[in-house]
Amino acid sequence: MLDLAMQFTLVTLGAALLIAVARLVKGPTLPDRIVAMDLIGVLAVGMIVVLAASTGVQATLDAAIVIALVGFVGTVAYATYVERGHPE
Amino acid sequence: MIDALTAALWVVGAAFALLAAVGVLRMPDVFTRMQASTKASTLGLGCLLIGAGLQFGDFSSWVRLASIGAFILLTTPVAAHVTARAAYLADVPLWPGTVLDERRQPVSPQGAAPEAEAAAVQDDPSSGGPP
Repeated sequence: MLDLAMQFTLVTLGAALLIAVARLVKGPTLPDRIVAMDLIGVLAVGMIVVLAASTGVQATLDAAIVIALVGFVGTVAYATYVERGHPE
Repeated sequence: MIDALTAALWVVGAAFALLAAVGVLRMPDVFTRMQASTKASTLGLGCLLIGAGLQFGDFSSWVRLASIGAFILLTTPVAAHVTARAAYLADVPLWPGTVLDERRQPVSPQGAAPEAEAAAVQDDPSSGGPP
């Protein structure tokens, strides 16, 4: 039962990731792409956590921590770029 | 028992993540999309983290998962605030059905109280219209 739930979770998270990539490609403005990129980072953290728990490899959780950190810094940097690009 | 609880938490978290992604794709506006994507990072990732912690069960995994959750919960509002501010200042178009835009300068008589509008005009006569 846990295997089934794990597969369902991973497939659903993968579908969510593809939908977020669609918004990343489609997004009419740059802030749309920033929001999609933030969502992609959160979904990647979720997939890594589920994979780590189902395989039992605890060291994979450190990768999730790193992705969470880098995602936040990237979002703030992109937002600062957008704000400076339009100084009016 | 723990397996069943973990499975339920993972399914709920994945469902929230999928709903957030669909919301990000379907919402009409940057700000509404941001509101939809918040559900993935709080409810969805929270359920996934608690399920993984139940499945691991040892102390060091709980510490790492709790640090991930605390970091996400602390940084998501900051990132959303910075992104929304940048999007507003960059004149990203709002959804036409927006009913309230509190940062917009008052230009029409029904938009603000008369003395407030007069004071605003007196303070800054050069600002002719909306940005």
